[in-house]
Amino acid sequence: MSLRVTAATAARVLSQLRRDPRTVVLLLGVPSGLVVLLKYVFSGNPAVFDRIGGPLLGLFPFITMFIVTSITMLRERTSGTLERLMSMPLGKLDLLLGYGVAFAAVAAAQAAVVSAVALGGLGLDVAGSHWVVGALAVLNAVLGTALGLFVSAFARTEFQAVQFMPALVFPQFLLCGLFVARADMARGLELASYAMPLTYAYDAIDLVTRHGEYGGAFARDVAVTAGAALAALVLGALTLRRRTP
Amino acid sequence: MASAIDVRGLRVLRGGMLVLRGVSLSVARGRVTGLLGPSGCGKTTLMRCIVGVQRIEAGEVSVLGEPAGTPSLRPRVGYVTQAPSVYGDLSVEENLLYFARVLGAPRERIDAALETVGLGEHRGQVVSTLSGGEQARVSLATALLNQPPVLVLDEPTVGLDPVLRRDLWTAFQALAAEGTTLLVSSHVMDEAERCDEILLMRDGEILAAEAPASLRRRTGAATLDAAFLALVEGRDVP
Repeated sequence: MSLRVTAATAARVLSQLRRDPRTVVLLLGVPSGLVVLLKYVFSGNPAVFDRIGGPLLGLFPFITMFIVTSITMLRERTSGTLERLMSMPLGKLDLLLGYGVAFAAVAAAQAAVVSAVALGGLGLDVAGSHWVVGALAVLNAVLGTALGLFVSAFARTEFQAVQFMPALVFPQFLLCGLFVARADMARGLELASYAMPLTYAYDAIDLVTRHGEYGGAFARDVAVTAGAALAALVLGALTLRRRTP
Repeated sequence: MASAIDVRGLRVLRGGMLVLRGVSLSVARGRVTGLLGPSGCGKTTLMRCIVGVQRIEAGEVSVLGEPAGTPSLRPRVGYVTQAPSVYGDLSVEENLLYFARVLGAPRERIDAALETVGLGEHRGQVVSTLSGGEQARVSLATALLNQPPVLVLDEPTVGLDPVLRRDLWTAFQALAAEGTTLLVSSHVMDEAERCDEILLMRDGEILAAEAPASLRRRTGAATLDAAFLALVEGRDVP
């Protein structure tokens, strides 16, 4: 583990993003656009906006960071830079943590923008602290980053990598409890939802936005989410091979 | 003096094909050794074995007395792949700054590395806007940052104009004079004349390992191209 290499990697990933202003605008603007859309889709039923708007603030970064990192890491693999880095004195975890730190910073900016729009501009009502909502958004972004880095090992092409989004993220979204309470699902689906990290991420954010609760259940959900992110990073490091066929 | 790189009975399978069929060789310290042979003969695979990123079937590869791929070798072996492996969306300087930090090389080394590859005036330019040859030189500059004792360079002069090629070969010889061991691959036979030693490769095997002049003398050929043909066809070679 080397702080120098982790920091250098994070700075490098952020410089790459800075050279791509269109991506930055999309990363920062799209979630806000979607929240505005959501507000007007449910203009006849504002309670629904309050019910799902809050959790979505915390879950957007999960989706965007999952897609962005799985593509970025794939590019690193196909461009030969990963092979070069693997022949250098660089720890695998340093590389992955560097990515995690960089995208957590992007997520913090993204969460700040979308929260300002939703809580300030659109009058979204949440029970708990806005800061905790923001912090959970960053944690979920790290989870998305870690999962994206891990699954990129299983993609040979960009076409495969983008398919991992509907394949791995959509089911978690449908089962996490955002659309249908988990207790109302078929028993098998409910059980499956407990194996999915997004379920805990959703529960944590739901406790804050709807009930303003920071008790034991909240602590457990945050711990499971963070643990899942860490586990995905370690698995990601294991799938990085210094020697390839 | 012990050699810098030792390879014994190396066999490598790639995609079900035997790409290296029991290769043995050694590379002398502080010299420029050329690895020559036609495209597809196994040069890149051999180099990947030496830097420790290739999974091998059988055999032994040691660099500076340690098994290839040992963590302690990573800062001491510089590797430049055939395709430029740098970040196209970063500037020349940003690329070098990142790799300098990873390698733990001081920032001042960036100027020296850029000067060696003749890219000083392009340092602020984004790599993807450079020509292919310029991108290859950024990739080469990266490996020079921490002045490793062993440099493994895969076709570093492909597509460069003759003046630049001459300058780079002069730089390689200067590095060797300072004690760096260089293994440089090429499929252009006339580049072999610039090497102290050459390894001629064909079809996953080493055909010859000696100084260019001695190879020409032994085969009685006027050029190295002719010497290569003589060796392949087994004509009048003692």
